[in-house]
Amino acid sequence: MGLIQMQDVWKTYPNGVMAVNGISIYIKKGEFVYVVGPSGAGKSTFIKMMFREEKPTRGEISIDGKNLSKIKERHIPYLRRNMGVVFQDFKLLPSLTVFENVSFAMEVIEESKANIKKRVMEVLDVVRLKNKARFLPHELSGGEQQRVAIARAIVNNPSVLIADEPTGNLDPETSWEIMRILEEINDRGTTIIMATHNRDIVDSMRKRVIAIENGRISRDEARGMYGYES
Amino acid sequence: MRARTVGRHINEGGKNIIRNGWMTFASVSAVTVTLLVVGAFLLLIMNLNHFADSLEDDVEIRVFVELTTSETEQENLNTNLEDFETIDSVEYIPKDEGLETFIDSLGEQGDYFKGLRDENPLNDVYVVHAENPEDTEVIVEEIESLEHVEGVEYGRDIFDQLFTATDFIRIIGVVLIGGLSFTAIFLIANTIKLTIVARKNEIQIMKLVGATNGFIRWPFFIEGLLLGTFGSIIPIALLWFGYVQFYEMIGESTGLDFFEFLPTYPLVIQNAILLLGIGAIVGVWGSVMSVRKFLKV
Repeated sequence: MGLIQMQDVWKTYPNGVMAVNGISIYIKKGEFVYVVGPSGAGKSTFIKMMFREEKPTRGEISIDGKNLSKIKERHIPYLRRNMGVVFQDFKLLPSLTVFENVSFAMEVIEESKANIKKRVMEVLDVVRLKNKARFLPHELSGGEQQRVAIARAIVNNPSVLIADEPTGNLDPETSWEIMRILEEINDRGTTIIMATHNRDIVDSMRKRVIAIENGRISRDEARGMYGYES
Repeated sequence: MRARTVGRHINEGGKNIIRNGWMTFASVSAVTVTLLVVGAFLLLIMNLNHFADSLEDDVEIRVFVELTTSETEQENLNTNLEDFETIDSVEYIPKDEGLETFIDSLGEQGDYFKGLRDENPLNDVYVVHAENPEDTEVIVEEIESLEHVEGVEYGRDIFDQLFTATDFIRIIGVVLIGGLSFTAIFLIANTIKLTIVARKNEIQIMKLVGATNGFIRWPFFIEGLLLGTFGSIIPIALLWFGYVQFYEMIGESTGLDFFEFLPTYPLVIQNAILLLGIGAIVGVWGSVMSVRKFLKV
């Protein structure tokens, strides 16, 4: 069964912008998918609809067998606990330490203190930041900050990790560091969906590529290339 | 909800109060001013009600019995009056007693009237108190239609003016309290909006990692509650102290025996509880207003 399924999904914003015009996809558990395409082609909307930040105007989306359009508003938080999200601008809380930024994600879902401590150190180990647990975000490099954000996204053991241009603000070398970590997470069984503009990465670390143009899927290849002049 | 979560919410709400500095000060001040006025009006209104009640109790209807009435007929009249459901008490003052009271009230000059004792020109009188003073006029009309009633008297004018005055003050009080409460609610809503804007990222992240709306809402709810409660401290203290002083100085001795102020206790305690309650409601209301629309992520 597909982990993420979209069936003829459309999204028109209230201001008339038609961001997504009839997309159908099928993503299996454990896949690693790049989502590419020019700016303003509908990538962000496509991604946002997966974690229900935006609702489709038409069509059906189901995650892990749950139909997003039928789910009750108050059950959405529980749906999101099964997904991790990483952004281009990290979205860390500047006044909290690395440890606190990650543990925050467990506190808000009311995990026990003992669990939190154990699990946070575990994921900080995965992103290789165990020794910087007490640092504040501004004391870290961009790559390190993004690794904290990744740690936060996977701390609750989600089955899907959604990354919206995670390397957009990073230099090439740091970007590779992030990619190696994402691949490692993918190897452990987490499905990864990553929107990106990074040609080098897409062309060298070959994965499935979904290209979106004018709100439609223009290409969907198993071991695809970036395919645009960027 | 876990006990630790409750602690977290209270802690967060408290931090917001400190973090918002001047806006906290502004909204607490708004609640303070509002509650001062509300509290003063409450004290005034409670005293007015008390005053009106005691005056209303004094509204008596005097029923004059026709001179020619026989004893049996008079007994009938008595039963008739007592049968009224709207009448609280009926007191009979025979004409002899009425004359004596009259003579006594005149002091030395009363001597001139002592001669009337053999030929008493007064009527027997029933003094009637209405169950509900506002029904007085209806009762009067009904009594006038009874047999053997020569006439009915009651202090009509004072009575009407009193009702108009108390109603008027009550309406002003309600309007003023309502208006000020809304001002305070909006200020609190704005203060909390500041917190929310400042912590927009935090709220967004909370939502993305799957915090429930209830979980996100609690600290703001507590912030509002604290703002409202803090705002009620000064008014409660000031009005408590003020009323104690006032009552000691003039409250007991107005010189007018029908105008008595309510004693300090339990009045100031009731007032304090009311103000605390209004402060809390205003605060929570303000926070609920501003949080609602921010949670639709």
